[in-house]
Amino acid sequence: MTGILPLVPAGQPGLLTVPPGGEDLAPYLAAGGYAPLPAPGALLGRVAATELRGRGGAGFPAAVKLRAVRDAPGRPVVVANGEEGEPGSVKDRWLLRHRPHLVLDGVRLAAAMTDAARGCVYVSDVRAEQAVRRALAERPADLRVDVVRTEHSYVAGEETAVVRRIDGGPALPRAKPPRPYENGVGGAPTLVANVETLARIAVLHSHPDAAAAIAGTYLVTLSGTAGEPALVEAPAGTYLKTLADLHGHGRAEAVLLGGLFGGLHGAGWTDLRLDHDGLAAAGGALGCGALHFLRPEDCPVAVAADAAGYLAAQSARQCGVCVSGTGALAGTLAAVARGEAADDDIAKLLRWSGQLPGRGACGLLDAAARIAATLLAHFPDRVQDHRDTSCPACGDAAPHDGRRFAVAVP
Amino acid sequence: MKLLLDSTRCQGYGLCQEPAPELVDLDEWGYARLQGTVVPEGGAEAAAAAVAACPNSALRLVK
Repeated sequence: MTGILPLVPAGQPGLLTVPPGGEDLAPYLAAGGYAPLPAPGALLGRVAATELRGRGGAGFPAAVKLRAVRDAPGRPVVVANGEEGEPGSVKDRWLLRHRPHLVLDGVRLAAAMTDAARGCVYVSDVRAEQAVRRALAERPADLRVDVVRTEHSYVAGEETAVVRRIDGGPALPRAKPPRPYENGVGGAPTLVANVETLARIAVLHSHPDAAAAIAGTYLVTLSGTAGEPALVEAPAGTYLKTLADLHGHGRAEAVLLGGLFGGLHGAGWTDLRLDHDGLAAAGGALGCGALHFLRPEDCPVAVAADAAGYLAAQSARQCGVCVSGTGALAGTLAAVARGEAADDDIAKLLRWSGQLPGRGACGLLDAAARIAATLLAHFPDRVQDHRDTSCPACGDAAPHDGRRFAVAVP
Repeated sequence: MKLLLDSTRCQGYGLCQEPAPELVDLDEWGYARLQGTVVPEGGAEAAAAAVAACPNSALRLVK
């Protein structure tokens, strides 16, 4: 059972608080929702002042993206991106299922800030879609908002895949530039915003006094073999160790950061904090805020092989370099795990992890390369040990299908 | 001027590398790897030749 744990300071409005009986229109309005917007520029100024960053994974400044969409030629479209590709993250589906009005309020506000003519909610989770449709039917409608359903995959939530799918194509990434802010849905400038980003904008609007704290708080999904998974809301700067201790992961030897995107981090992980820039400086990435903890008896080589195998299987198979690159990384890591690595396999992994990032149309290849790079950087002895003695954890490992990373939506 | 590669279109023909070895490298699977996106001074002709050489229009030049 995935737990829910709000760690926001007393008095600060959090995203994980659902009114008793669910978030229907009446309680949402009573809590100050769908409040009038006197001046879109004032809210945009507040978003900029709080330095709110996008919550889809890249952490791009929200105000910069809003302004770029607003200032691009053409009438914009706003997309609430609820397609959560990372198997270890649940926050986006949870928000859509339990706080659909909050997300739709964020769509309304983003549309006002960018002068968009229409909005769209992009989603694969069936229960999330039902909740959104129910909320759309009862909301005070002043903006056309469509729901577009997609098939779930690791890359279906990538911003160009989102645009292609909404335009009637496959949910597959395309080469950039152009980015959606200049050429998106139907050729219009398009804001593709993560649903948590939009939810935070809605709370920023209804609680201006707490704006900085709201923008500086993150939804995080915790998982691992030791304790129960949990959806947590915590302030930026919180030590990852503090989060781990809450659900029995405190003895962890390592952590896989950012879903599968931020790589493994070994000794010293307890000094890491919930912070985009700090984790990037440590060679990782916060990504969508999913953290997977490894017990001392978990093998980081098995985890890396599993993650790379999953990513290789999830490749959209559009870019030759991704098919070849993820295949080579996954195959070689699996060979290392089995104790069958060739003499030059470690050198190959090092070379690929340096040469492959940035070369696919999306970030999937980068994620696989970072898994290999961080395994070699943080666990050189464990990798070497697999050549000398057989590893029980790797021997018992399930097929490399990523099942171990999946978390159930609470 | 920038040389851009659409990696969804690169099929690994390798024909772009010959006229522009300083701009394009081929990896061990034969796919193009740009040395950088900004075309250096004096490299415009080679960049244009690389673009023209690709049978699948994977490369393009933008101002």
